[in-house]
Amino acid sequence: MLSNYVPILVLIAIATAFAGGSIVISMLVGPKRFNRAKLDAYECGIEPAPKEAGPRRFPVKFYLIAMLFIVFDIEIIFMYPWAVAFGGLGVFGLVEMVLFVATVFVAYAYIWRRGGLEWD
Amino acid sequence: MSGSVSTVLLAAGSTGADPDLTRFGSDPFWLILIKGVAVFAFLMIMTLFGIVFERKVVARMQVRLGPNRHGPKGWLQSLYDGVKLMLKEDIIPALADKPVFLLAPLVSVIPALIAFAVIPFGPEVSIFGHHTVLQLADLPVGVLYLLSAASLGVYGLILSGWSSGSTYPLLGSLRSAAQIISYEIAMGLAFVAVFMYSGTLSTSGIVESQHDWWYIGLFPSFVIYMISMVGETNRTPFDLPEAEGELVGGFLTEYSSIKFAFFYLAEYVNLVTVSAVMTTLFLGGWQPPPIPGLSGLDHGWVPLIWFILKLLIVMFFFVWLRGTLPRLRYDQFMSFGWKILIPVGLVWVLFIAALRTMRDNNSSGLRPWLIAVAVILGLFVVAEFAFGGRRGEIDEDDDEDDLGPPSLERIPWPPPAETGAANSAASPIVMPAGPRQRQES
Repeated sequence: MLSNYVPILVLIAIATAFAGGSIVISMLVGPKRFNRAKLDAYECGIEPAPKEAGPRRFPVKFYLIAMLFIVFDIEIIFMYPWAVAFGGLGVFGLVEMVLFVATVFVAYAYIWRRGGLEWD
Repeated sequence: MSGSVSTVLLAAGSTGADPDLTRFGSDPFWLILIKGVAVFAFLMIMTLFGIVFERKVVARMQVRLGPNRHGPKGWLQSLYDGVKLMLKEDIIPALADKPVFLLAPLVSVIPALIAFAVIPFGPEVSIFGHHTVLQLADLPVGVLYLLSAASLGVYGLILSGWSSGSTYPLLGSLRSAAQIISYEIAMGLAFVAVFMYSGTLSTSGIVESQHDWWYIGLFPSFVIYMISMVGETNRTPFDLPEAEGELVGGFLTEYSSIKFAFFYLAEYVNLVTVSAVMTTLFLGGWQPPPIPGLSGLDHGWVPLIWFILKLLIVMFFFVWLRGTLPRLRYDQFMSFGWKILIPVGLVWVLFIAALRTMRDNNSSGLRPWLIAVAVILGLFVVAEFAFGGRRGEIDEDDDEDDLGPPSLERIPWPPPAETGAANSAASPIVMPAGPRQRQES
């Protein structure tokens, strides 16, 4: 069964070789005429605002979206094996999934009412 | 009409036996290599073709010519663009995090290219006397592989914006990532109904189980996937990361030369991939349309034509959207994904599940439908209970935005004519044969 993964490795190798090769070729054939203005950050042509070096900080609300995504995505992934095996589960499978989705709905309603799904 | 749909939904059932994956993984290495290069070349050609195709179709929709200089009728335009981009200067901004800045385009383009490995192009054919399937690889978890490879590309976006050392790319990449992961949930939900009918996660198995009816019959799933795949690929009307007026070039702003080209390549390869996923999961893959006369055309190399035809139709749909719809506002877009697509997806899955369970328990006639509807209504009651207060507040907000029909008093300028003479002189005489008069007579 693991031999099914060999073609994927081959495709990864081809894609990596193409991408790496193109970058190397571009580095070799591209012109190199640097000046200071080119290396500045682009801020619509004005002098860029001074920034601290090192990692950039960004608004915390993006973390919130990421966490919501993780919660819901795992719940969706949980539905996949259930959906595949659905034919053999019968009423038990249906009841279990209704209970499961009801729990998801509780979390969902909580997020909604706490304003987690408001964007500006 | 609804009766026939119900018979289809009820009749096609859990027939999806375990697909036979032993046909895969037994190819000799030279064949794997040929197929790998073929998939790669297919993606490249579809990208080069897709960009020109999009530009030409949008141009026709906007009554202009589109690219028509390079190559026959302009079809080599994007090849020229690619070569030209490769010859351009590669600038790394002074504030950029150099290793990550270099890595980000690769992280974006490689997962996009490898996701296509599990897409079935056709059934078994013979290549140089060797029987093989027109599909690079198939796994028992094919769709999971597809989803995971497709979502790896998000790292490329995040890293590119974060490492550029500039404000616009940072904001653009965050917005783009938020958008992609938000719509991924709805996309994942749309697949659940397909798996319930196919009984497998393997892409070749899903195509084979669509022999009698395509899963486009699971219409709500199809629509949810259709919307979320546009959100996934950051395309109009959901192309907020490229909202030039707000974000300049989004995460692409600081990139130049081949790295810039890589992001574009990744975007279009993703476009081809989601179109191929739609073809595979909802439109029957390489199966011919279920019309009696065409049933003989499902073996050998012919199915490849069906596959490419369906792929092109889906891609045309993408371009059509771009030619038609304006861009959404960010909060509208996110609300739509989280507040409409996800609940509708969950409810639809439960509906299908209830329907199928009733059928398996030999309830006939209207009863399964009634019970399924009851389950859904129960969910809505719960939802109403949960969101009732909140929804009222939102409605009030909407009322404030809604200005109602325009009236003369609300328009500040130019001031309405205050001398009644002009009005009275104009009103009945100027339009004697106006539409209203004609209706009355």
